[in-house]
Amino acid sequence: MIRTIDIHKSFGDQQVLKGITTEFFPGKTNLIIGRSGAGKTVLLKILVGLVSPTSGDIFYGDVNFSQLNKKEMRTIRMKVGMLFQGSALFDSMTVEENIRFPLDMFTHMTWKEKAMQVDSCLERVSLGQVHKKYPSEVSGGMQKRVGIARAIVLNPEYLFCDEPNSGLDPKTAIVIDELIRDITIDKNITTVINTHDMNSVMEIGDNIVLVHEGRLAWRGDKSQVLESTDETLQQFIFASPFLQRLRASALERSQEG
Amino acid sequence: MMMGTALARPERTYMYYRETTRQMNDIGVGSLVIVILISLFIGAVTAVQFSYQLDGTLVPLYYIGYIVRDSTIIELAPTITCLVLAGKVGSNMSSEIGGMRQKEHIDAMEIMGVNTAGYLVLPKIIAALVVIPLLVAIAAFVSIVGGYLAMVLTGSLSDNDYIMGVRSFFQEYNVFMMFVKAVVFAFILTSVSCYQGYYVKGGSIELGKASTNAVVFSDILILLADYLIASVLT
Repeated sequence: MIRTIDIHKSFGDQQVLKGITTEFFPGKTNLIIGRSGAGKTVLLKILVGLVSPTSGDIFYGDVNFSQLNKKEMRTIRMKVGMLFQGSALFDSMTVEENIRFPLDMFTHMTWKEKAMQVDSCLERVSLGQVHKKYPSEVSGGMQKRVGIARAIVLNPEYLFCDEPNSGLDPKTAIVIDELIRDITIDKNITTVINTHDMNSVMEIGDNIVLVHEGRLAWRGDKSQVLESTDETLQQFIFASPFLQRLRASALERSQEG
Repeated sequence: MMMGTALARPERTYMYYRETTRQMNDIGVGSLVIVILISLFIGAVTAVQFSYQLDGTLVPLYYIGYIVRDSTIIELAPTITCLVLAGKVGSNMSSEIGGMRQKEHIDAMEIMGVNTAGYLVLPKIIAALVVIPLLVAIAAFVSIVGGYLAMVLTGSLSDNDYIMGVRSFFQEYNVFMMFVKAVVFAFILTSVSCYQGYYVKGGSIELGKASTNAVVFSDILILLADYLIASVLT
């Protein structure tokens, strides 16, 4: 489990996060949602240690991550996998080499064991016959899958995904969402996803954290989203006039009924 | 700070070794043609210029070989080669690392637990420290050959006279000075370029600026170091 306690972050005079206290649970897909500029990417980067908080603490289990030095932080990071918004696959390496990179760097596995682990990860993300291709030679959806395969190759305890659906068509986005959810359940890992995709919220939102203007505005799961009367949440979910009209007519019908 | 982290103990020596050999190939083999071409013409031009300067004087013409050899070994081979490499290799390094920073490759490595400063910078520095002195030695040899071709093939000087000049008044110490310069310049151009790329922020305009800064700062520091080494070692 990951816990954040009163996280504040400022860049100069601009206060981006104003005291975020929340929890992310193992075996669940934990979603950080919010409008662009709400501070969710900064929160995600603070969680993985790419950005230091101005104040506050982050606990990975019982370990206070924010109090660790760089070397100690690396031991925690060995348990972390991350899927980046742009996949962040190394251009000069093939798909196979990208996935094998963490194994080459941190394990003493034989060449054969590494090859088997790479195959198993590629199979897990339903990709085959792309071993020798370069990232530029596969589609955006495939790049995301390769990114996921690389993120899970060391069997992490924590998986972070920064906008995993950005740039994907709705159908591929659902496939990626389902893949992340299945991996989370199979491996019982703590998955934290940063998204503003409503499909993801309604499909895989086991634990949803709404960040609004740097504050924790709402917390719940996907079943509570539509029932909630929280104004900030409603404004975020029903942002488009079309959805507002749909909601109004649904409410009308339910009142008439 | 970057250098301190870069010099930390590698996570996996084999991976660093593999990256170092890749860099050696990129810097060495990748720069060989341009270094040979430039050195050939530098040697030729130096010979032609001194031939013109010495024409009608009492200085024997075979001195041209001696002048080409010493000016090449002491100054032209290490300095010009490294200034050219700062443009070719330095800008390439800063763009490569800067591009990795912008495409979140460095963040991805950091999250895996990789010491990014070490993995991305140290192999480049080691490769440069090994390969650039070799390139400089090749440049010095090719320059002397360039002078020979310019003098002998045009009939300005006989084959024997040029070779006699090249073999006159030779001091091994000058070769030592050449290698000192090559090592120092190699360190400057790789560390400055890697620094510029590693700390790049923003978009493509900033990446372009970082690449330009890598070349400009490397060139300035190389010229400054050249003067300091010349003052200390002569």
